[in-house]
Amino acid sequence: MKQEYQRVAYYPGCALEGTGHAYDTSTRAVGNALGLQLDEVRDWNCCGAMEVKNVDPKVQTYLSSRVMSIAAHEMDAKVVMAPCNGCYHNLKKAEYDLAHDGESRQVVERISTKAGHATYRAGSLETIHALDWIKDGIGEDELKRRVKNSLAGLKVANYYGCMYTRPRHIFPEKDQGPGSESTSQPHFMDDLLAAAGAENVDFPLKTACCGGAHTLSDSDTSTKLVLNILRAAEAAGADVIATECPTCHSGLEMHQVRAEKVLGEKTTVRMLYFTQLLGIALGVSPRKLGVHENVSDGLALLKEKNLT
Amino acid sequence: MTAPAHTAAPARATGPAIGPAVAPAAVAMTDREQLLREAEQALEQWIRARAQEPTRQASEGFRLLALHRQGARGAPSFNACRETCREIAYHYNLLGLEADHPQAPHRLRMMQLLVRHLQLFVSGKLEVAGLGEFCCSSRPLRAESGSDPTGGKTDDA
Repeated sequence: MKQEYQRVAYYPGCALEGTGHAYDTSTRAVGNALGLQLDEVRDWNCCGAMEVKNVDPKVQTYLSSRVMSIAAHEMDAKVVMAPCNGCYHNLKKAEYDLAHDGESRQVVERISTKAGHATYRAGSLETIHALDWIKDGIGEDELKRRVKNSLAGLKVANYYGCMYTRPRHIFPEKDQGPGSESTSQPHFMDDLLAAAGAENVDFPLKTACCGGAHTLSDSDTSTKLVLNILRAAEAAGADVIATECPTCHSGLEMHQVRAEKVLGEKTTVRMLYFTQLLGIALGVSPRKLGVHENVSDGLALLKEKNLT
Repeated sequence: MTAPAHTAAPARATGPAIGPAVAPAAVAMTDREQLLREAEQALEQWIRARAQEPTRQASEGFRLLALHRQGARGAPSFNACRETCREIAYHYNLLGLEADHPQAPHRLRMMQLLVRHLQLFVSGKLEVAGLGEFCCSSRPLRAESGSDPTGGKTDDA
C-alpha cells in the first residue's frame, strides 16, 4: 500500500460534472468506503481535452500544468488523481512535455506568469488514475477483506479504451514488471474486480478504439465500432462491460441505443463504471453510486444477479 | 524476412460477416488465412492512400504487424489499432496451434470481430485524414474481386 495515495488531490475534469456524473459520484463513494481521501483541486480548469490540443498543443500543456500547479503549490499535494482517461492522459503528456521540451517550458512559464500563478515544474507531482489509486492505495488483499457483497457470478469484460495506455512514452511507470500496469495488456481493473469476486472474461478488444474522437463528425463509424465492441463482449460471455473512462462509457451507452435505432442491431450487455461495481461489492447502495443515472439499465442486471 | 504468400481472399468493404458462431467442423485453416489477409488488406489501403507501397516484410512472423508499423510511421494515432493487430495475430496462432480445440469456433468468431474492428478503424481514419471512405479507397481491391460495379474506374477516369 502506498501511503501517499491515502490522501490525494482530486481532479474530476469536465466530463465528471456532466455525462460522467455517476463516475464522480461512485469514485467519491468508493473512496469513502475504503477510507481513501480526496481533496478536490481548487478552481480547476479544463485539461485541454482534444479540442485545445488540436488547435495548439502548447496551450493544452499550459492548461494541464495549471491544474498541477494548483495541486502542487496551493494544496501542497504530492499526488493528483484523475479518473477520466482524457484528463489523466493530458496531465501525463504535459508532465512529459515539460520534462523534455524546452519550448513547452517557455510557453508554460510565460502564460503562468501572465496569469499570476506559480509555474508548474516537471517532477513536482505524481499523476495517477483512479485505478492506480485503489490498486496501490488499498490493494487486492485489503479490498477482498472489505468485500461485503461479492460479485461472484457476474461476468465482466474490462474495457480500458485507448488513452489509458497510449502513447507508451508518457507512462514511464508502466511496463516495469510485476506489480506495474501493462500498456499492451492492461490488468489493474481486472485485478480489482477479481478481488471483488467478479469473473473476468477474455476480452480482446479491451484497448480498442471506441470511435469517441469522431462521434460527432462521423457518428456511423463510431456506432459501428461500438457495436463491434458490444458484440465482442457478448461473444466473450460478459454480462457487463466495466469502464474507467467517461467518454468511452457514454459512447458505449449512446451508440448501443443508436445501433438499435439506426442499424436495427440490438445488444443486451450492460455498462457500469468499475467504481460502481466496486461500490456494490463494498456494500454501497446503487443509488449512492449513481447507477440510476446510467443510460444502460445496470440496476436490472444487479437485481438479476442478486447484487442489490 | 518476407511474409508467406496468403491465399487470395475477396475484399469486403463492409467487413467480414458476423453471424452466430460456426460449428466446429466448419473451422478450417483457410478461415484464419482469409481473415488475416483481409486484415492486411485494410492496412494496405491505409498505406496506399498515404502514397506509399505496402511492405512485403514481416515483423515477428506477421506481415500484418509490419504493415501496422509502416502505417503508424508519421501517424502516431494509428497506434490505437496496434493491440487489435496483435490480437488478430494471437488468434491466428491460437487457431493454428489448436485447430481441434472445443473453443476454436469461438476463437474464429473473435478473430472475425477483431478484423472487422480493424477495418472500421481504418475506415474512420481514412475519412478523418481526408483520404476518402474505405469503400472508395478499396475500389482497386473490389475491382480485383469483381464486386465493384464501376470496374475500378473513378469519375474522372
